[in-house]
Amino acid sequence: MKRNGAVLITGGRVVDPSQDLDEVADVLITDGRVAEIGHNIKAAGVPTLDASGCVVAPGFIDMHVHLREPGHERKEDIETGTRAAAHGGFTSVACMPNTNPVIDTSGVIDLIMMRADAVGVVNVFPIGAISAGLEGKDIANIGALVEAGAVAVSDDGLGSQDNYVLRRALDYTNMFGVPYISHAEDKRLTADGVMHEGHYSTLLGLSGIPSAAEEVHVARNAILAELTGTPCHVAHVSSTGSVRIVREAKARGVPITAEATPHHFTLTDACVATYDTNTKMKPPLRSEENRLALIEGLRDGTIDAIASDHAPHADSDKQVEFPLAAFGIIGLETAVSLACTELLHKGTLDLAQLVEKLSCAPARILNLDTKGSLKPGMDGDVTIVDPDAEITVNPDTFASKSRNTPFGGWQLTGAPVATIVAGHVVYDGRTARTGA
Amino acid sequence: MTRAAKSPPKPKQAATEWPHRHLLGLEDVSADEICLILDQAKHFKEVSTREIKKVPALRGKTVVNLFFEASTRTRTSFEVAAKRLSADVLNVAASGSSVVKGETLIDTVHTLEAYRIDLLVMRHPASGAPHFVSRHCSSRVINAGDGMHEHPTQALLDLFTMQERGKEFDGLKVTIIGDIIHSRVARSDVFGLTKLGAHVVLCGPPTLVPKRFEAFGVERTTRLEEALDGADVVYCLRMQFERQQANFLPSVGEYVRLFGITSERMKLAKPDAIVMHPGPLNRGIELTSEVADSAQSVILDQVTNGVAVRMAVLFLLAGVN
Repeated sequence: MKRNGAVLITGGRVVDPSQDLDEVADVLITDGRVAEIGHNIKAAGVPTLDASGCVVAPGFIDMHVHLREPGHERKEDIETGTRAAAHGGFTSVACMPNTNPVIDTSGVIDLIMMRADAVGVVNVFPIGAISAGLEGKDIANIGALVEAGAVAVSDDGLGSQDNYVLRRALDYTNMFGVPYISHAEDKRLTADGVMHEGHYSTLLGLSGIPSAAEEVHVARNAILAELTGTPCHVAHVSSTGSVRIVREAKARGVPITAEATPHHFTLTDACVATYDTNTKMKPPLRSEENRLALIEGLRDGTIDAIASDHAPHADSDKQVEFPLAAFGIIGLETAVSLACTELLHKGTLDLAQLVEKLSCAPARILNLDTKGSLKPGMDGDVTIVDPDAEITVNPDTFASKSRNTPFGGWQLTGAPVATIVAGHVVYDGRTARTGA
Repeated sequence: MTRAAKSPPKPKQAATEWPHRHLLGLEDVSADEICLILDQAKHFKEVSTREIKKVPALRGKTVVNLFFEASTRTRTSFEVAAKRLSADVLNVAASGSSVVKGETLIDTVHTLEAYRIDLLVMRHPASGAPHFVSRHCSSRVINAGDGMHEHPTQALLDLFTMQERGKEFDGLKVTIIGDIIHSRVARSDVFGLTKLGAHVVLCGPPTLVPKRFEAFGVERTTRLEEALDGADVVYCLRMQFERQQANFLPSVGEYVRLFGITSERMKLAKPDAIVMHPGPLNRGIELTSEVADSAQSVILDQVTNGVAVRMAVLFLLAGVN
């Protein structure tokens, strides 16, 4: 990854909630950092990017991504995953530890950092395993993980099943100041479930995953976050009950935060009716009532962040019978467009709130102190978005190695236009879009 | 009962030809189309009573029975049906695709299609597997049971049998008892019966008959007496013993105590009520031998009618009309 770049972004509408800023201005980045925001900035020898008609925001951070490297490079690797991030308007990603080997030693973090430095296009922040081998039995060497660069610890995909182990792990994690990111799922309640338990699972004869499987763990997380004082971030909240539990816990001052994915706030379990395996993920797409609860949670601030849960899978993992297909879909290259279409244009969030959930909140939750803001001195990471661009999702053009998306062919309003990391333009979609 | 026994509803003029490429389930088939199949089956039922039990309708056509699950009854029934229509039949028993990762389902189907087959009869443990296959193949697909989803030809033969016994669907009280949630037979019967105007009652413990079935336009109760009261058809589903291990039931004994059909309990139903079961029976569990072998039982008629109904389905899908 290149650092210390310089660029002058001119004429865009700068929306930066971290400093209550929303006005047309120029943004100058030099030496990889924000140097100045102002009018008619002149900077000799610095390349210029015309952002007129577009929104200029602090770089978006996708705090929930599976880069698949090491171990599952046929699905994705650090190069393709970070390029997909750049195409999708993300300047940073936090990558989940369910790789092979899992991110439970500093050596794996070192490897990821080295690879990100060599071939990565955007910033990569590894998330360490909370337990050795993600097995939920023994606490991982969290000190070593944090020292090597882990920004959080998690059990993603597996959901710490043993409350005693999690309690001890949270107590222990407390001294490092990193959050625990919870994939909230009681596996015993999920049983053999492959989709949301409700009308459509009954109609389709597919085993259901009740909302309770998630809510039991969200409640547990709130209780243990309160007990231990260690911040708990609930990944991919999908149900009405989860939103309610997080809302109530926050009101009591419990250190808990939450994210929602574009697919959960856009789609419902009705989409499963064709047995399309690109509608299969965990947590599952739930009913319209649950979707509306997510929208309300995003609106009232219960849900802090938007994250894609980008989960690449090869065709051979998805072109199979529904119950046998892998869980998960890719999301990096559709997240911003879906957020604009579903939240911005339908009036749930205004631009500042959208930027807050895509940039400021993830930076705050992960303690990325130099990100999520365009104040002078902060990292020169910028996302430029045209919120009114009309696009048709074409997976053939994706930078990701995988194509497992249910959104192919969808017409959306709003798209990333350019992505700048440390003053370097790592994605510039203007030429491509003019050409089209 | 004074209902006219020999006048099944005639299909309306709309459905004289089968409009679908496949038969994947009864959920997306209209009442008229169901009646079209039942009428066609009536013609074919006579073929099985001839001395030479064969018509040349599907001569030169190749039917593949692709079964990923053990099945004697359905597979044999399809085989007999295809042979009585003079089709060439290929039986392929593919083993457990659910765990063993070998050839993919699509590759298996493409391999068979390379033989230029016409009709693919498919049973698979995964719900939706025939729907998935139908999007990737050129043959006509007949769902012979997919996971817990649908078993349309079973429901059609059930409907045929009810009709043959003089039952008129409009307002007919059909009580289905047992493990509804895991039953593809129950789902197809519910879709078919409700389309034809029957009043379907689902009965069993809440673990096996959750309340959300009510959204399908049926009545749901956990009280057997209520379910049997005035029933025209008493349909017992096969109990799978493994449900006990997953804690859907405390014991088979308790199921029999609460939901087993006995002669005594049958007295709650209408005097001319019929007893049905998709087979194979667990005698003494879903129903007593006394009930299974009684004059009210039409369980063997169901088997006989399965051939006629499957002949009709094969014939209509092959597009020979």
